[in-house]
Amino acid sequence: MKERRWRRRVINVVMLSLTGACALVSVSVLVLILGYLFWHGGRYLNWAFLTQLPKPVGEPGGGMANAIVGSGRLLLVASLTGVPVGFMGGVYLSEFGGRTVPFLVRYAADLLNGVPSIIMGIFAYTVVVIPMHHFSALAGGLALGAMLIPIVVRSTEEFLRAVPQPLREGALALGASQWKTVATVVVPTAFQGIATGILLSLARVAGETAPLLFTSFNNRFWSSGWDQPVASLPVMIYTYAISPYDDWHRQAWAAGLILLLLVLVANVGARLILSRRAAVRG
Amino acid sequence: MSYSPGSSAVMTRASGSQPCADVSRPLPAEQLPKISVRNLQFYYGARQVLYDVNLDIQEKRITALIGPSGCGKSTFLRTLNRMYETVRHARLEGQILLGGQDILTQDVTQLRRRVGMVFQKSNPFPKTVFENVAYGLRISGLGGWGRRSRMIEEVVEQSLRRAALWDEVKDHLHKSAYMLSGGQQQRLCIARALAVDPEVLLLDEPCSALDPISTAKIEELLFSLRDSCTLVIVTHNMQQAARVADDTGFFLLGRLIEFSPTRIMFRTPAKKETEDYITGRFG
Repeated sequence: MKERRWRRRVINVVMLSLTGACALVSVSVLVLILGYLFWHGGRYLNWAFLTQLPKPVGEPGGGMANAIVGSGRLLLVASLTGVPVGFMGGVYLSEFGGRTVPFLVRYAADLLNGVPSIIMGIFAYTVVVIPMHHFSALAGGLALGAMLIPIVVRSTEEFLRAVPQPLREGALALGASQWKTVATVVVPTAFQGIATGILLSLARVAGETAPLLFTSFNNRFWSSGWDQPVASLPVMIYTYAISPYDDWHRQAWAAGLILLLLVLVANVGARLILSRRAAVRG
Repeated sequence: MSYSPGSSAVMTRASGSQPCADVSRPLPAEQLPKISVRNLQFYYGARQVLYDVNLDIQEKRITALIGPSGCGKSTFLRTLNRMYETVRHARLEGQILLGGQDILTQDVTQLRRRVGMVFQKSNPFPKTVFENVAYGLRISGLGGWGRRSRMIEEVVEQSLRRAALWDEVKDHLHKSAYMLSGGQQQRLCIARALAVDPEVLLLDEPCSALDPISTAKIEELLFSLRDSCTLVIVTHNMQQAARVADDTGFFLLGRLIEFSPTRIMFRTPAKKETEDYITGRFG
């Protein structure tokens, strides 16, 4: 008996320290990345970086204003294409579908979600870049939009499903048609959750590099139109990081920090929206 | 076979605990029933849950439906405004007439405006008190500004007054409905149903989640609504049926066992099953 108790204690201590150590490692990876990025990126982040165009090779200084705006433009195209499709698809899955079709759609969305992002790039390359004969913001935005669709579909569906059934019945019992019930009661009830899901999905695709490499390509100047190549933060980081110039390396750090801050802001914003909803519901 | 409540000279109450039951109405002599149900069979998929139900619900009376859990009383209530249609594979046979018209051939939107419903658990929308009551009007296309908005304000006030909630919420009309207490939320749901001026109001165990004081308020409210509305209430609380209902129907295992004026049902039930249930031998 005594031996058994002793054994139990040892196993308990070993398991506790093992799980604790793993938890510590997983958190410290994030802390390390954040610290490292702030340490390197923070030093080179300045006003010129945010407002100026890149300088020619060999000339120090300059900034990435075009890449920051370019990322914004890509995300705009992505949200204009991916969000409506994903949102409507999510509404269909949650509210209107039967049994077989939603199962297939849901399965397809999950598969699409797992498709490597570079494949999305190839898809946009084939569909947009080849017919247009050149790289463009449109192609890059569409590639990101295609990545948004499955994420938004599933998050919208989840939040709509969380709307209590009695609310739907209440509206139906007042003579509302099904689509009116969805439009006036179900979606408004889940709106904050859906918006949060969209914000988080945008934050996720904002950092994607692979789909942009051969769709929006890159641009050292202000992009002149939606059908022209455009700079973006992830591609700039990639280009600058593999270059042989120290000054470019420093700028890549700063760009990485900017990207991370954007994602951080989106995450915190999403948390705020959700917590406010919880407060309203009481 | 069709049960129709017969008149009776006996005016004593069944339960004797609440004063309001004294106003139990004598039956109108020759009046077309508000709702007639004929040979109603109801199925969920292959499972039959209602067997050959026949009954007449009279206008401007309170009809209570009692019976043990799973006896089909709620399902029956949901046939009257066709809410069963939201359930997949639900199927109905037979005939239900509302004021002489077959409800199955009517536009379901119109039908549900004529036959309102209040649910077991209060289900206000996550909107303001005002918008909850205005909802039925707004979806009928009565939104907008100016005179129409004035009209909506009037209907909202009138509905809240009818639901005996106006005095409690008149200063909080534009606050979230979730700020109200459980009993207030349930009365808000009644006000919301009343705003479209239904001819019939169905109540599916409206007090089962409420404390006795809120329950008493809702029961008083039912009496005040009886003059303008035909009320059908499902309850598993026999005392409640005895207190509020003019007529009572007893369901057991999907069949309507007995349907008669409440005081008759509770004093001299015609069927052995009814007597067993009322005296608490089962259920």
